[in-house]
Amino acid sequence: MSDSQVISICGTAIPLLLDDIDTDRIIPARFLRCVTFDGLGEHVFEDDRQQDTGHPFNQDRFAGAAVLVAGRNFGCGSSREHAPQALIRWGVRAIVAESYAEIFFGNCTALGVPAVTLERDRLEELTASVEADPSIEITVDLEAGSVGWGEQTATAELPGSARTALISGEWDFLSQLLANREAIRETASTIPYLSGFGGA
Amino acid sequence: MNQPTAFSSGSRNLFDSVWNQHTVGQLPSGQTQLFIGQHLVHEVTSPQAFEMLRDRGLGVMCPERTLATVDHIIPTDDQARPFADGLAEEMMSAIERNCIEFGIELLGLDDPRQGIVHVVGPELGLTQPGITLVCGDSHTSTHGAFGAIALGIGTSQVAQVLATQTLAMNRPQVRRIEVTGSLADGVFAKDVILAIIRQLGVQGGVGFAYEYTGNVFDEMNMEERMTVCNMSIEGGARCGYVNPDAKTVEFLRGLPAVPEGEEFQRAAEWWLSLASGPQATFDDDVTIDGTAIEPTVTWGINPGQSVGVGESIPAVGDYVVEEQAGVAEALEFMGLESGRPICGQAIDVAFIGSCTNSRLSDLREAAAVASGRRVAEGVRALVVPGSQQVAEQAEAEGLDRIFSEAGFQWRAAGCSMCLAMNPDKLQGREMCASSSNRNFKGRQGSPTGRTLLMSPAMVAAAAIQGHVTDVRDLVPVAG
Ligand code: SF4
Repeated sequence: MSDSQVISICGTAIPLLLDDIDTDRIIPARFLRCVTFDGLGEHVFEDDRQQDTGHPFNQDRFAGAAVLVAGRNFGCGSSREHAPQALIRWGVRAIVAESYAEIFFGNCTALGVPAVTLERDRLEELTASVEADPSIEITVDLEAGSVGWGEQTATAELPGSARTALISGEWDFLSQLLANREAIRETASTIPYLSGFGGA
Repeated sequence: MNQPTAFSSGSRNLFDSVWNQHTVGQLPSGQTQLFIGQHLVHEVTSPQAFEMLRDRGLGVMCPERTLATVDHIIPTDDQARPFADGLAEEMMSAIERNCIEFGIELLGLDDPRQGIVHVVGPELGLTQPGITLVCGDSHTSTHGAFGAIALGIGTSQVAQVLATQTLAMNRPQVRRIEVTGSLADGVFAKDVILAIIRQLGVQGGVGFAYEYTGNVFDEMNMEERMTVCNMSIEGGARCGYVNPDAKTVEFLRGLPAVPEGEEFQRAAEWWLSLASGPQATFDDDVTIDGTAIEPTVTWGINPGQSVGVGESIPAVGDYVVEEQAGVAEALEFMGLESGRPICGQAIDVAFIGSCTNSRLSDLREAAAVASGRRVAEGVRALVVPGSQQVAEQAEAEGLDRIFSEAGFQWRAAGCSMCLAMNPDKLQGREMCASSSNRNFKGRQGSPTGRTLLMSPAMVAAAAIQGHVTDVRDLVPVAG
């Protein structure tokens, strides 16, 4: 686990412009019976794929995509980090969607995966372009705050803290949190329930 | 001891007071480093976190503020070790090993305090007003019922809290949701939260903490408040809470992890002082008329897709254009016909359990409906208490007998059929009346299985009739 700067992601895309896709769909719970995240990639969207042979993750033309295009409230439901882990192990390195569930978004950032938002009509244009030509190259540029494909560029939003963390390469918060041990102890010493609620 | 005076927090709401109290500082990213008062751990989201600690040679900073239990994977009938499911056994052994290695107390199957993590915390008195509490589980929001900031987190964050007892967080806004009036008979906490989500949407809470306030919550007991806070996450909120009051204090008095004597007095004073006062300000305000809430049932594949029990299945055209594709997908998956009343919809399975509705008051409400009746022919019905303590109390009251005599299976504590990680699962396209919290596609173990969320009393009524029924139409059987 080493930090590295995430400034821009380039690659082909896989479109999944649906709303309220929950983490149970991204990785069904039975695959959470594991003690490592290895091997999750092959089960991403497993049940959806079995019920729909035309599911984008079943289509060879989208194999090798690095950018997932999704809809509103993507990743809602459980806190399972297995969901972004499964996407990453499948090959996803950036997500472009209308909006995200918060825990999912936080998990993505903690794993170095930018999850940016785009206006709905731009997502529809992007999806149409990718459907028409799956080999089209997409660039998610965190510094410029944009998503580009072909001749097109769209403004992408990413909360400032996630953007800073990814661009500076400090998205592994563990080392930053560890650095403040002294301040942690100080704060703890002022919390009433840690000191007998102000008793002698 | 009733209203806070000396410690009044002025214009600050409870969330702000607790947040400020726990702020260690700002991180370079601009996020807040937040001190965590209580960390709860379960077997599904922790193994990789412990591995991360091992990789970096780190220990657990506050093992005494960390407690582990097992709930998701455990079978609720034959619990003999090793489990029949080798993968479940592997996870069980992993948490046992990890807890020994890192010095964390584990409530295993042989511990009478074991149960669903969100049932156990409050039962032991670990969940207290004014604390920050996290768990690698989205339904951690449950603990907000006590006036705690309770956050579900991912596995990398579990590792961070284990190692530093802190978390990197953006501060959410706070929305006050006031539910006025009193609930009608046969309307329960579950109906209140389903109605809130129906009104505000499954993503309506993104960016917010929800403060639940108003007479309806004042009248609720602590278990009912937990049911509401539990499903805050289904409404997209980062967490939800109810201000501590005299009921909160009385619930906590005498619980194992709660101080006694003078220290309890000081604690209670501090707890009550945290409640958002009349001057408190909020980023958003919503008012809902509690008297208008009906027993509510979901018909779709997210918890916002619901109707009152007297209503019919909606049509695609009832929704705004942006939502129509999702509604069409839901209706198709569920195999439900627009315009048909939800009442009368046949079910195959009835499940009473989960961290939303598996506490003693839930079981009492369901037992009151089941008492003296029989589960309909062809319906498989399960009652799964939320913890071993709940099971024991229910058995002492004879609830297990009421259920068994009615034809329900009485099981051992765990997550059971709330999700698909243990042997309790739907088969094929079975339709399940469920007191759990998620009706997502495949959630109950069969990729094509279907879930209708409702209150435990409504599940019991559906089990008895074999189809969705307005629980208010089932008058108690005499004797
Ligand atoms: S009962 Fe269901 S929602 Fe609650 S912790 Fe268990 S699996 Fe999660």
